[in-house]
Amino acid sequence: MFFQKEIETMSRKEIENLQLERIKHIVAYAYDNVPFYKEKFDKIGLKPSHIKTFRDYENVPFTTKDDFRSNYPYSLFAVPMDDIVRIHASSGTTGKPVVVGYTRKDLDIWSDVVARFIVSSGGRKSDIVQNAFGYGLFTGALGLHMGWEKVGATVVPISSGNTERQIMLMKDLKVTALIATPSYGLYMGETMLNMGLKPSDLSLRLGFFGAEASTKETHEQLRKIFGIKTNDNYGLTEVMGPGVAGECYLNDGMHIAEDHFYAEILNKETFKSMGENEYGELVITTLTKEGLPVLRYRTKDITRISKKPCACSRTMARMDKIIGRTDDMLIIRGVNVFPSQIEAVLMDMEEVGNSFEIIVDRVGYMDTLEVRIEISDEKLLLDYGLLEKLRDRIRKKFKEVLQIDVKVKLVEPMSLQRFEGKARRVKDLRNK
Amino acid sequence: MVEQMAVFMENRQGRIMELAKTLKENAIDLITLSIADTKDFGILRCIARDNSKAQKVLKDAGFTVTTTKLIGVEVADEPGGMCDILTLLGDKNINIEYLYSYAHVATKKAIILFKVSDEELALKILNENGIKLLDNGVI
Repeated sequence: MFFQKEIETMSRKEIENLQLERIKHIVAYAYDNVPFYKEKFDKIGLKPSHIKTFRDYENVPFTTKDDFRSNYPYSLFAVPMDDIVRIHASSGTTGKPVVVGYTRKDLDIWSDVVARFIVSSGGRKSDIVQNAFGYGLFTGALGLHMGWEKVGATVVPISSGNTERQIMLMKDLKVTALIATPSYGLYMGETMLNMGLKPSDLSLRLGFFGAEASTKETHEQLRKIFGIKTNDNYGLTEVMGPGVAGECYLNDGMHIAEDHFYAEILNKETFKSMGENEYGELVITTLTKEGLPVLRYRTKDITRISKKPCACSRTMARMDKIIGRTDDMLIIRGVNVFPSQIEAVLMDMEEVGNSFEIIVDRVGYMDTLEVRIEISDEKLLLDYGLLEKLRDRIRKKFKEVLQIDVKVKLVEPMSLQRFEGKARRVKDLRNK
Repeated sequence: MVEQMAVFMENRQGRIMELAKTLKENAIDLITLSIADTKDFGILRCIARDNSKAQKVLKDAGFTVTTTKLIGVEVADEPGGMCDILTLLGDKNINIEYLYSYAHVATKKAIILFKVSDEELALKILNENGIKLLDNGVI
């Protein structure tokens, strides 16, 4: 079944024609309405009229997360705030978050592209859907929420946490589809078993596990625990949220919504365009976004793309699971965390030294983040309470900045490893 | 007043031994040592015969060390010896932050070392009541 069959099964030729036409449009639209783009183009003598082919488009400068920070909060918006009906946000590399805005039409398209992958992986109007993504500024929860409502299903906006209650409601409400991060999904599965319930006690048949990079093995495990089919999907706040790409029921790559997003794969050093099926950095352009058009956004995610039509008869190109990052961003329980954010918090505190270490691990199914910090102020030793206060203050500040709980461990000066070149401050012990 | 060293201690295996080894290698004799059980980190408190030398060798060995002053008193090593001192302070609402003690079996005297919320007042009360205050030379 299809949500928008005529679009999802266009010929490759039709898709490319549509994309080129829309690229020309969005370039002119961004140039005319966002001073940031006009300046960037003018600086290198590029005019929107110069863009006639896909090759020409490669001359357009990239947009990065830092551009969002320097234009915080609204300077990248292309319409007056009057026309913006929704704001979302995600972590920036330091301090301020990335803030994005949507017009009513943007939300309509967003829910369309989410509805596409829902239907393509078997979601139906008759489904009762438990949304265990954390509601809030995070695009995941409301993105999936809108998509499922568009399909016409019944949405249970339970948000994350309180896992036993989630399982109870899943059983009592006869929930048929679950939305969660893969790690939370695994934890829910474990909780279900600990409560003495079996998959057959539930009515669950589908799981939508996105918002953090996950392996095929994780999805396989989720299928096994719950006895369901699973879907993986891809998106990011800067260009929209979930729905940029999503798997169909064949779980053989995520179909990119190519009528709304133009995806390029570039060599991560030279930034030259890579061929089909070659790994590189994913760069995305929004083709139809009104509120916040984004040209050539460097996702820093590494993947590859195949344009071979899928056995499901969809023609939209498919991207593989994300196999890595070109920067040091960590995803902890679905939340983006940059070591630079942690560094910024610590640099503001006189009682601690400049050395710290970040340890990421997985306990059970939950990601944990521990920061080891060298104390530097001897006065802290006059009173044990001072040490505890410092630890609690750091912990609170991390929570404020990162939105997640961090384990703070104070260690002795000079006890952490020193680096001569670039410091490798992160130890990621997951998947090991 | 009695000078005491405070050393930051991570709660990991062998760390106290490393401190003891550093002191041994430098022929430093400890008079007292106290550390409570903690989860991740704690403060080890000790008094050496030669505190300034001890502080230097520990610092050189990479420990974070500072010194603080404690009130030290000597009481009879018999039931109620400590209670009488604490009652004097408690009556004036002086709070004990931490305390440790040891007994001299030969002299039947006990040494009590402690840190209080209001040091000036505590010293005044102890003096007024004729309690013998100790310094590093005496303990």
